Amino acid sequence: MLLYALKRFGVAILVAISVSIVTFSLLHVSGDPAAAMAGESASEEDIEYVRKHYGFDRPLAVQYVDWASKAIKGDFGQSIYLKRPVAGILAERAPVTMTLGALSLTFALVLAIPLGVLAAMFPNTIIDRFALTIAVIGQALPNFFFALIMIILFGVWLRWLPISGHASWLNFIMPSIALGYYATPAIMRLTRAGMMDVLSSDYIRTARAKGLKPRVVLFKHALRNAIIPVVSFSAVQLGFMLGGSIIIESIFSLNGLGSLAWQSIQRSDFEVMQAIVLTIACFYILLTFLADLLNAYLDPRIRVA
Amino acid sequence: MANGTIAKKLPSADQILEPSPFQLMMRRVLGHAGMTFGGGVLILIFAAALFAPILSPHDPYTQDLTKRFLDPVWGATGSWEHPLGTDKFGRDYLSRMMFGARTSLLIGFSAMLISGILGTALGVAAGYFGGRVDIVITFIITTRLAMPVILVALVVVALIGSSLTIVIWVLGLLIWDRFAVVMRAATQQARNMDYVAAAKALGCSTFRIVLTEIMPNVANALIVVATLEVAHAIFLEASLSFLGLGVQPPTPSWGLMVSEGKGMMFFKAWVIAIPGTALFMLMLCINLLGDGIRDVTAPENRN
Repeated sequence: MLLYALKRFGVAILVAISVSIVTFSLLHVSGDPAAAMAGESASEEDIEYVRKHYGFDRPLAVQYVDWASKAIKGDFGQSIYLKRPVAGILAERAPVTMTLGALSLTFALVLAIPLGVLAAMFPNTIIDRFALTIAVIGQALPNFFFALIMIILFGVWLRWLPISGHASWLNFIMPSIALGYYATPAIMRLTRAGMMDVLSSDYIRTARAKGLKPRVVLFKHALRNAIIPVVSFSAVQLGFMLGGSIIIESIFSLNGLGSLAWQSIQRSDFEVMQAIVLTIACFYILLTFLADLLNAYLDPRIRVA
Repeated sequence: MANGTIAKKLPSADQILEPSPFQLMMRRVLGHAGMTFGGGVLILIFAAALFAPILSPHDPYTQDLTKRFLDPVWGATGSWEHPLGTDKFGRDYLSRMMFGARTSLLIGFSAMLISGILGTALGVAAGYFGGRVDIVITFIITTRLAMPVILVALVVVALIGSSLTIVIWVLGLLIWDRFAVVMRAATQQARNMDYVAAAKALGCSTFRIVLTEIMPNVANALIVVATLEVAHAIFLEASLSFLGLGVQPPTPSWGLMVSEGKGMMFFKAWVIAIPGTALFMLMLCINLLGDGIRDVTAPENRN
């Protein structure tokens, strides 16, 4: 187990390094940070001055090493717009996004797993069809449109929920649904497939033949095994949700990383954009790493191979 | 009736003639409700997009500020002159919807082609060669998966400047992961087949084996992924345009239309409901078609 964890950790570090290299070069090649910093009305000399001052005239590799060695220590540079250290701004905004992500994933799991289990218990019945229909619709509905429909319906017509800000937990209901439902179809299908597979296996027949209660067979024997792939998949989905939060946060005016990214893009706040992309990517890497460990713990076959 | 009894005893044409593979395929397609529906609606959307210059009742760019926010036909201020109403500049909504379909489909297909070529090349190489090539490519796929698509696309488009071509390239170069993952798995399966060993024994070149032995056998999976990626690219374009960083106004795009109608949505919900529903229908039908192709072409589901 330890060997597996170490190996997996090594890969995670390598992926993090290559993601940071790709992100860094992608952003520096796509735009001229000096021109962005100097502003639209800046003259050639101004841009040249900014370029020298901030060291953008150095070779990209040198700039990367400089940036990365600081980033490891938690120094992501200064925000040119807010004139504050980027790390501090990120730390302020991160809790909202993390809360949103956790709630979205909870919503997706609470909806998807029971539906998937029911669909697998009664395949090709009306329940199965219903679950499938939800999956097909969920996959096709653009989340920004769904968010706007919910705002009109629950925020304006029915006046049940607040439509912007993050003052109370009520503010998180609609954003979590809007961000979470997109993961529901895939999790549901995975649960259904896993359950179908497990329910037809020999040990379930044995457990039933022993006269165990159906509830025990279903939850203790079947679901436990069927849920293993769902665990790592959920981690991946949470990573996607954090990336997708930019749309939902900007719609619901939630003050998280997503809306910070959106604001930074509009302010051409280069350092902040870079830091957010890297933070979310690293968070994704961390999540998949933890999911793999959890999987290996749940299923001994993985760590042996 | 003597005639009738004879006719009853004679076998029907279907019993004598084996149905051709094409007829069999058509029967499977038409027997698949989701695929028939999805395919049918898609043909309509394609036709609307293709013939937009002929079919659209008005020019999608002509503004008329005296006719702002006219309701669709069913609304209070609606008329058949503007069947789906007008937007905030008095431009005909139906015409903009039709031209918007062109934007969605163009971006969806082009981005899918770029990502398909890239992803298939990587996936087939990883699956066929295995070993070190596989390790390196799997690492590249993992790296790509760790980068948040929407965020990276937004930042890059914002830095380069947004245009139709740039959106296509950025999306195409970002969403090849599913192609690579699926093609890698499919190729790994096909590689161990006897006919590949036979081709190797005959002395075929690697390129030829991949092209004539592997590719036809992974084509099913490829087509299914391709349809799903068209929908994915269309969704991403709509999201980028919704945030104002995709297709730039005045070019009609459904995502942009939802974004432009956002300010008016509390008073006239149809302003966002029409382009939003169209996007939903388009993605739904592409997904149904993709699922249908998977069901219909899977050999184990035949008969």
